Amino acid sequence: MEQSSKQLTGAEILIRCLHEEKVKFVFGYPGGAVLNIYDAIFQQNKFKHVLVRHEQAAIHAADAYSRSTGEVGVALVTSGPGATNAVTGIATAYMDSVPLVIISGQVPTYAIGEDAFQECDTVGITRPCVKHNFLVKDVKDIAATMKKAFYVAASGRPGPVLVDIPKDVTAHLGLFEYPNTVQLRSYNPVTKGHLGQIKKALKLLTEAKRPMVYSGGGVVLGDASAHLIKLIQSLGLPITSTLMGLGGYPSTDKQFLGMLGMHGTYEANMAMQECDVLLAVGARFDDRVIGNTEHFLSRPRTIIHIDIDPSSISKRVKIDVPIVGDVKSVLSDMNEIIATEKPAQNTAALKDWFQQIEQWRSKNCLSYAQSTEFIKPQYVIQKLYEVTKGDAYITSDVGQHQMWAAQYYPFDKPRRWINSGGLGTMGVGLPYAMGVQLAHPEAQVACITGEASIQMCIQELSTCKQFHLPIKVITLNNRYMGMVRQWQEFFYGNRYSESYMEALPDFVKLAEAYGHVGIRVENPADVEDALKEAFSPKLKERLVFMDFMTDQKENVFPMIPNGKGLSEMILAEDL
Amino acid sequence: MRHIISLLMENESGALSRVAGLFSARGYNIESLTVAPTEDPTLSRMTIVTSGSDEVIEQIIKQLNKLIDVVKVLDLNDGKFIERELMLVKVKATGAFREEMKRMCDIFRGRIIDVADGSFTIELTGSGTKLDAFIESLDKAAILETVRTGASGIGRGDRILKV
Ligand SMILES: Cc1ncc(C[n+]2csc(CCOP(=O)(O)OP(=O)(O)O)c2C)c(N)n1
Repeated sequence: MEQSSKQLTGAEILIRCLHEEKVKFVFGYPGGAVLNIYDAIFQQNKFKHVLVRHEQAAIHAADAYSRSTGEVGVALVTSGPGATNAVTGIATAYMDSVPLVIISGQVPTYAIGEDAFQECDTVGITRPCVKHNFLVKDVKDIAATMKKAFYVAASGRPGPVLVDIPKDVTAHLGLFEYPNTVQLRSYNPVTKGHLGQIKKALKLLTEAKRPMVYSGGGVVLGDASAHLIKLIQSLGLPITSTLMGLGGYPSTDKQFLGMLGMHGTYEANMAMQECDVLLAVGARFDDRVIGNTEHFLSRPRTIIHIDIDPSSISKRVKIDVPIVGDVKSVLSDMNEIIATEKPAQNTAALKDWFQQIEQWRSKNCLSYAQSTEFIKPQYVIQKLYEVTKGDAYITSDVGQHQMWAAQYYPFDKPRRWINSGGLGTMGVGLPYAMGVQLAHPEAQVACITGEASIQMCIQELSTCKQFHLPIKVITLNNRYMGMVRQWQEFFYGNRYSESYMEALPDFVKLAEAYGHVGIRVENPADVEDALKEAFSPKLKERLVFMDFMTDQKENVFPMIPNGKGLSEMILAEDL
Repeated sequence: MRHIISLLMENESGALSRVAGLFSARGYNIESLTVAPTEDPTLSRMTIVTSGSDEVIEQIIKQLNKLIDVVKVLDLNDGKFIERELMLVKVKATGAFREEMKRMCDIFRGRIIDVADGSFTIELTGSGTKLDAFIESLDKAAILETVRTGASGIGRGDRILKV
C-alpha cells in the first residue's frame, strides 16, 4: 500500500492517484470547481496536462488515446458547463466501450442542491452513459474511489467511469493511501469461457459446410487480434469485420471479405446471410450490421457468440451457443484445443464455399468510375493508403468519408482505425487525432473528415498548434453533409433539406490563421502529389490541413437501405 | 408474463436511480418497485414487479446484473415463492356502510386500524390479486383513498437470496 505520512489536500491526493496509475496525459479544461486540482497539477510533472479548447474534445482525445494504446484515458473538467460539454464525449466512449476515467469538479458539498453557481447534477446527467459513476463526499474516499474507477473502467466490458468531486473535498486534508487491490462484491467480470461450450463451438465450426466468422470491436479492445488470426488461419475460415473491428484481422489477407453491414462489401454480407454456422467474436449484432433482423433470421444458421458482456448475448438475435468470457482467453482456449485435437474439417464443403465467396467477390463491389474532372473521394483514400504505405493511424468523423475510409483504407493492425461507430458523433475526428498523435508522436496520423464534421471541433486546431501535433487533416469537401444528402437522394425524392453546406470558410486560410499549413486540391491529377507533399519530411513537424474539393454527388456503395436485409444491397452497378 | 425480481444492492444514494433509470431508458415495464435496507445496513433489498416476454425478462436480469451497485439478482418466478403486499384503504363508514365495511374487512381478513366518525381505515395484506379482489368487492362510492406498498417477495423453503 502506497502511503503518505503527511497530510495532503484532496487535490494532491487525486494527483497522487493518477501517478499511481501511471497516467501520462490528462486532457482537460479548468474552471472554478477544479482550481484546487489545477493548482496541484501545476506543482507536479509526472503527467502532462493537455489543454483543449472545448471539454467535448478533452473526452474525445482521452478516448482516442485509449483506443490507440489500450491504456485508460483520463480527462478533467469543471462543474456545470464543463461537465455538460463533456457528455457527448462520454456517451461516444460509452457506446464503443472505451475505458476512461473522467474527473469532474462539483460545487462544494454544502452548496449541493442549492442551485449554486455552475452546479449541475453531473452524476445524474451522466448516469445513462457511463459504466459507473461516483460522487466523492469525503477526502478519505478519494484514493479508494479512484482505484475503483480505474479498475471498473478497464476490466470486463470496458467503459467510461466518472468521478465527481466537490471543491471543498479537494481542499480538505487527509492521508494518502492507495490500495493495491480492489474488491467489489457486486462486480466480478467473467474472463474464462465455459470449456464445454467452447468445444461445442469448435465442433460446429469444423463440421460446418459454410462457416463464417464475424469479428467486432471486442477483438480490438480485448487485444485478441493475434489469437483471432491464429484461429482463422488454422481452420481456414472466411472472416468479416464490423466497422469497429477493422484491423482486428488483417484486411489485406485473402480470407478477409471486407467490412459487413449497411455499407459492407457484397461478399461479406452475402456470406453472412448464406452461412450455416456463424461465429461472432466481440460483436453485438447491431442494426447497422445485420440489417433487418427478421430478414437475417429468415435463413437458418447456427450462431456461436463469444462476448464478455452477457447482456450482449441474445439481445437482438437468439444465440445457439453463447460463450461468455474475455475474447482473448476464449480464442486462446480454442486454439489450444485445435492444436492438441487437430479436428477433422469438412474440407470439400469449405472449398465449395470459398468458390461461392470468390464469385461474390468477383462483383468487385467497391469499384467506382474514375473521373478526370472531379476528385473521387474513394481515390483520395486509396492514394492516402499508398502514400502512407498503409501504416498510418486513421481517425475519422461521421458521414460518407467515414465509410469510404473504412472501405478503401485496409487496416492490417488493430488500434489503427479510430472512429465513433456506436454513437456516430460528428466532430470526433480532430480530437481523436490529437489523442493518437500524443500517444504515438512518431507515427503518421491522418484525420479523414468532411467539411461539416470538421467544423464541429475545429477550435482544436489551436490545441494542435500548442502541442505541436503534426496531424494531416484530409477533408473530403463535397459541400454537402454527404451522408444526409445521400439518404435524401434515395429516400426523400432528392429534396436536399438543409444538407447543403453554405458559407464554408476558406479552410486554407483558416488553417493558416491557426498557424498551420493549408493545401487546397481541386484537380484529380494533383491528389497524389499533394498527399506526398503533406507527408513529406519537409512538413513532418507541421499540421497540414488538406481541403480536397470532391465530387459533390458521389454516394457510398454498397448500401443496404434502412429496414432491408443483408442480401438486399444496392450496388453502384445497379444504378 | 408477470415476473417478480428480487435484488440485493449496495445501500448507496445513487443505486435506486440506477435501477429506475435502467427500466425507463430501455423501455421495460415497472408495475411496482419497493426498496428498503436489510438486516445488513450496507445492503438494500429491492423487489420489482415487471412483465415481458421471456427474452425481455432475460435481458432485464442481465442488465440488472451489469449495474455495478447490484450485488445479486433473483427472478422469483424461476421457482416457488411467496408474494405479499400491504394496502391501506380509507372507506366511508356512515349509515349502512359501517356494518358492510366491517363485514368485508372480516371476509378478507383485514384489520380496521383507524376509526373515525365517518370513515374506517382498513389494513390488508396479501398477494396483489387478493388486494385487487378486495377493492373490486367494495362499492366504488365508499372508497375514499387507497395506498399500496407494491409487492414484496421471498423464495419458499431454502430458496434464499443472500450475499
Ligand atoms: C453530432 C452529429 N450531428 C448530426 C449527425 C447526423 N449526420 C450524420 S452524417 C452527417 C453529415 C456529415 O457531413 P460531412 O462531415 O460533410 O461528411 P460527408 O458525409 O459529406 O462525408 C450528419 C449531419 C451526426 N452523426 N452527429
